[in-house]
Amino acid sequence: MTSVAPLKTSAMIASFADPGQKTTPAPFGHALVQAARADERIVGMTADLGKYTDMHIFAREFPDRFFQMGMAEQLLFGAAAGMAETGLVPFASTYSVFATRRAYDFICLDIAEPNLNVNVVGGLPGLTTGYGPSHQATEDIAIFRGMPNLTIVDPCDSVDIEQAVPQLAEHPGPTYLRLLRGNVPTVLDEYDYRFELGKAKVLRDGADVVLISSGLMTMRALQAAEQLSAHHVDVAVVHAPTIKPFDAETVLAQVDSDRLVLTCENHTVVGGLFETVASAAVRRGIVKQITPIGLPDEFLAAGALPTLHDRYGLSTTQIVTTVLAQL
Amino acid sequence: MRAEKVREAAYRMRHHALNMGEAQGQGYVGQALGAADMLAAVYADQLRYRADDPHWAERDRFLLSTGHYAIGLYAALAEAGIVDVAELDSYGSDGSRLPMSGMASYTPGMEISGGSLGHGLTVAVGMALGLRHQGSSARVINFLSDGELDEGSTWEAAMGASHHGLGNLIAMVDINALQADGPTVGVLRTEPVADKWTACGWHAQRVDGNNVDALLNAFDNVRSEPVGVPSVILCDTRVGRGVPLLENREKAHFMRIDADEWQICREQLTAGHEGALV
Repeated sequence: MTSVAPLKTSAMIASFADPGQKTTPAPFGHALVQAARADERIVGMTADLGKYTDMHIFAREFPDRFFQMGMAEQLLFGAAAGMAETGLVPFASTYSVFATRRAYDFICLDIAEPNLNVNVVGGLPGLTTGYGPSHQATEDIAIFRGMPNLTIVDPCDSVDIEQAVPQLAEHPGPTYLRLLRGNVPTVLDEYDYRFELGKAKVLRDGADVVLISSGLMTMRALQAAEQLSAHHVDVAVVHAPTIKPFDAETVLAQVDSDRLVLTCENHTVVGGLFETVASAAVRRGIVKQITPIGLPDEFLAAGALPTLHDRYGLSTTQIVTTVLAQL
Repeated sequence: MRAEKVREAAYRMRHHALNMGEAQGQGYVGQALGAADMLAAVYADQLRYRADDPHWAERDRFLLSTGHYAIGLYAALAEAGIVDVAELDSYGSDGSRLPMSGMASYTPGMEISGGSLGHGLTVAVGMALGLRHQGSSARVINFLSDGELDEGSTWEAAMGASHHGLGNLIAMVDINALQADGPTVGVLRTEPVADKWTACGWHAQRVDGNNVDALLNAFDNVRSEPVGVPSVILCDTRVGRGVPLLENREKAHFMRIDADEWQICREQLTAGHEGALV
């Protein structure tokens, strides 16, 4: 009997790209540089995580427009509010866990209440690191969804990020971007797709199943749809990168059918995409079973990312299994 | 003459505070009286502003972290001509532009919404950075309380201001030695306060916050420059200052004043002021 060596927990920021997959380096950093060339109001800020949120690309290009605030997240977001009060447009980066859990009061009262154009950039959203609960922002959307005025964006890939950044800068109120950093998969260029803030898009049609997804789970949903076609299951994929405000119109048009409906999110099943879709459906009087694919309502284990995605149901294989079990 | 102008402004502001307190039947009158000299020094001597254009881009920014001191700031805004004196009667009433806790969206001249303590200095750091970045010579003055020194974010901001050399930033700390649960010394000891600011890289001065000459002297010692050292003026004040009835009452965060006492307070305030003039 051959034994397989267990995978090791890799660097804090593990790649979720498949081996050999097309990727783009630091799409956020380069997109911010691009946007800043056109808009001199844009400034970059971070709390000692510039290198880990691709903000270093911006800092290198615009050293006079980059502000290092130290490992002090309350100061980061309070100061971002102060900068916005003077007419600047800050992009302020840290890890999602620190933005949501540690600096909530500052984002809420100093940024969201006065409806300032501050763009919160959160690294390691959901389960994108094997470092355990201190770094896994499995409930970041749940925390932020209740905050008035805040726009929440969960991009799928480098295409989404590149196209979202200038729109976030242009949007007059505060935004939260679930950052994907490093070598980020490039997926949506294969589809007839443009990111539009506040809009969901049907990426592919399908007669049997509808997968409503956001973030990196859209990539997995598309892969699952391909694999399910081998089982003669025809799967539609609806990508909803803007979690709030939510494009109920587009999504519910797909939910309201005889097809099997599932949501796919890199987030706990509490308070994220699933509950957003479910509450929108109930408001419209749509009575329909919707099955969530997402992280369980628990603190997750440490380990290698592929192992964890498989264990907690986020891998493509697990999506296929879940869909087949439901049919 | 500067001092005289500030003293007269502080006197009128104390009357405004008593009138607002009476109209509402309650309020943070003790804090307003204690901080009146600090606020008068800012508005009657230091702050660059346009009463008819509260959003004038070149204005100095005054940030009130302690939202509950709004009553004191409303008195200052009336004295500055930004708010009508007649409007002060609406303090804390439904539909008023002058809510009990200060909020930027309600009141002209109110730069930020205070109330959640420990925020003001962080926002002030960003404003000072942003103004300097855009070549403005405007200054940022943040008013905070000694209770706010309990908050860790205040010290994040103190280090950040020093690190970024924000010579255009001034903090004023009202040390009335009183917080919600009682005397500061028993809630969370913050002394030695001046040493803490100095250790964070600030130019620190400690003065009698009810002495106008001392306050103006402290401001004169501040070297405001875009790149330099941030300054803090630590102001020891007395809750209820100017009204002996309240100065000697058991100190409370939320001071109770009976209906028949407001007139006594006004008379004591006036008598004290006239006595000081003689």
